[in-house]
Amino acid sequence: MMADTQTKEATKNMNMIEAINSALDIMLERDQSTVILGEDVGYFGGVFRATAGLQEKHGKTRVFDTPISECGIIGVGVGMSAYGLRPVPEIQFADYIYPGLDQLVSEAARIRYRSAGDYICPMTVRSPFGGGIFGGQTHSQSPESMFTHICGIKTVIPSTPYDAKGLLIASIEDNDPVVFFEPKRIYNGPFSGYYDRPVEPWSKHDGSDVPEEYYRIDLGKANVVREGEALTILAYGTMVHVAKAVVAEVGIDAEIIDLRTLLPLDIDTIEESVKKTGRCMVIHEATRTSGFGAEIAALVQERCFYHLEAPVERVTGFDTPYPHSLEWAYFPGPIRIGMALKKIMEQ
Amino acid sequence: MAKPDKPNMPVLKLHIPEPAVRPGDEADFSNIVVPDVDQIARPDEATKPEDLRELAFGLVRVLDDDGKATGSWNPGLTPDQLREMLRHMMMLRAFDDRMFRAQRQGKTSFYMKSTGEEATSVATTMALSRDDMCFPSYRQQGILVTRGYPLVEMMNQIYSNRGDHLLGRQLPIMYSAPDYGFFSISGNLTTQYPQAVGWAMASASKGDSRIAAVWCGEGSTAEGDFHSAMTFAAVYNAPVIMQVVNNQWAISSFSGFAGGERTTFAARAVGYGVAGLRVDGNDPLAVYAAMRWAADRARTNNGPTLIEYFTYRAEGHSTSDDPEAYRAAEEYAKWPMGDPVERLKAHLIGLGEWDDERHIAQAEELLAQVKAEQKKAEEKGVLGHGLHQPFETMFTDVFEDLPWHLKEQSEQMVTEQRSKFGPDWEPK
Ligand SMILES: Cc1ncc(C[n+]2csc(CCOP(=O)(O)OP(=O)(O)O)c2C)c(N)n1
Repeated sequence: MMADTQTKEATKNMNMIEAINSALDIMLERDQSTVILGEDVGYFGGVFRATAGLQEKHGKTRVFDTPISECGIIGVGVGMSAYGLRPVPEIQFADYIYPGLDQLVSEAARIRYRSAGDYICPMTVRSPFGGGIFGGQTHSQSPESMFTHICGIKTVIPSTPYDAKGLLIASIEDNDPVVFFEPKRIYNGPFSGYYDRPVEPWSKHDGSDVPEEYYRIDLGKANVVREGEALTILAYGTMVHVAKAVVAEVGIDAEIIDLRTLLPLDIDTIEESVKKTGRCMVIHEATRTSGFGAEIAALVQERCFYHLEAPVERVTGFDTPYPHSLEWAYFPGPIRIGMALKKIMEQ
Repeated sequence: MAKPDKPNMPVLKLHIPEPAVRPGDEADFSNIVVPDVDQIARPDEATKPEDLRELAFGLVRVLDDDGKATGSWNPGLTPDQLREMLRHMMMLRAFDDRMFRAQRQGKTSFYMKSTGEEATSVATTMALSRDDMCFPSYRQQGILVTRGYPLVEMMNQIYSNRGDHLLGRQLPIMYSAPDYGFFSISGNLTTQYPQAVGWAMASASKGDSRIAAVWCGEGSTAEGDFHSAMTFAAVYNAPVIMQVVNNQWAISSFSGFAGGERTTFAARAVGYGVAGLRVDGNDPLAVYAAMRWAADRARTNNGPTLIEYFTYRAEGHSTSDDPEAYRAAEEYAKWPMGDPVERLKAHLIGLGEWDDERHIAQAEELLAQVKAEQKKAEEKGVLGHGLHQPFETMFTDVFEDLPWHLKEQSEQMVTEQRSKFGPDWEPK
């Protein structure tokens, strides 16, 4: 055999949108049961361009536009699953997932359980989430903890192009419903949390070196993005990058863990790290009360109580709708994280 | 492909709608049938829905191809009323142009124009009573313009500045104006539909005389809320007018993705037992006449009406959109129903009640007025330039009063700002 330039190692620089597009392209190719549907995803290729070119390549019955009905999109996804397809619907913004909630909560999430496995729902609902783009209250929300509270849905959130592709492939291959939230603020480049500084492109970040071929990152596995001894910082999506920037700036030896999958959660990695550092901080952009940080705090005190030298610290968005003009006062940026770091380290 | 195990059976095929033309193709509307004026005469407002079915498939028109107002739907407006209508539509167009430009200049984050659809918000509002309640989508700024809401207030909202009475919380154009009978706009499509029905039910239950009107795009009729609203409106015979602005496009999706390949949007009414009218949305007099008919019907306890305005979205969906990526260029220039401003202008000129000089002078006058208001608004700031609302307003109005956790978070916000701007920083 001649040497192939398209070996498994061949990588390409991709931003997160391109990586997602590549994952979808590969799955459409590998598995004829994969179908993509959603508002504006067909001819146009999605309002964020995640499905660009896929209809042309794979055909109109594999990648198609839908009526503007999130309930319909997710509901037909459940029915397609019952037939044996592997639907990958896009909900244009996470803020618009609510009209589809009944189909997701009462149907997709419970179909395996209520039918004792007669029927399953291997559907992956992709949706851009999070703020930082002046989108106001209906283009900025982070509703992930609502989904972790539902029994029967997996919740996945990538923080780099590399992870986005591998996690999305694993999600599509998963035989249970997955909600795959894409942090839209970092579609085109990682974000330090300093909104007044120039945006860095993905090309300067390791995570943008993406294999062109098929690969998967198993669900339920966190990623230690920085090893350290002083404390454990748990984050996901955009906030992984903000945490890294603040830690570098403050010069603290933090261990930063990107959760990647909120459910099922990689509790072993968390436990090991917190037992080592004795301190735990969780950062998310979502509102605070009943947010995923509350679950983390409970788990960590249940499992690491005798190792803790300080209470678990939560750094979050405020408990208000996402404001438009005061977006950056709302966002849990470097100042809020810096103050929390000081507090947890002084205890 | 699954192998059919019953070879004598037809192979099922999934239909995916496709518009007639795409970028690179020549715009083509030869499939659109424009019937004669008065093809279906104006029925009495008390007519039962089952006797109105034809209207859901016809097209109410008043202005004929020569710009003359004819037929039984002619609302017989006075020249002064016609000039007022024209003025509002021209004002709306001037306002849209300036605000679109302001977004391009970086003064705000977002804007949406209503170009080509002006009649559907201006003429409709003129046909309502001033105290009737409007539940708009994001493309009916013409209601506010027509009811005389101060332009500077709209601009303050668009700039999220210190004068914004919505306290910089909402995305631009998501106005709220209770004194002008204008409900708070949501970013989530079609939620206003059942809400309007509920308002109308409340008005009826209180023996009031006010009615409700609600608007959405044709794409939005796919949402469940639309169908809940139709059911409730029919069940309770609610005094509500439900309007679908069929501007052919929902972002990149043509009306076929909302069911437009199969039937009209007005025909949705038939299945619910509601009166349905399909109207030339670029004929301001037809739009006025249809709304007037439906309003009189609702006001006399003859029940709800669904109106489809057949129109065209002349520009992009919003400032975030580039329509050249999904539809043929020049479509608007070839739209068989023309442009509502041009048609009303031609009609007035035909009546001898208007002329080109006055038209040009009025356009200039309106632009100057918009610019003057814009200057006033910009004195109160544009987005991202410091003159925003006081910081503590982030926490008010989540509830009527501030629970302990929001008090704590508000204090946290102050501490954060002080660490940024110094210990003397005050939350004002
Ligand atoms: C529940 C919900 N889903 C999706 C969206 C995203 N979205 C905003 S406008 C729009 C298209 C609406 O089209 P149409 O109803 O035809 O109104 P038009 O914009 O043409 O006036 C979509 C899909 C939304 N705002 N809310």
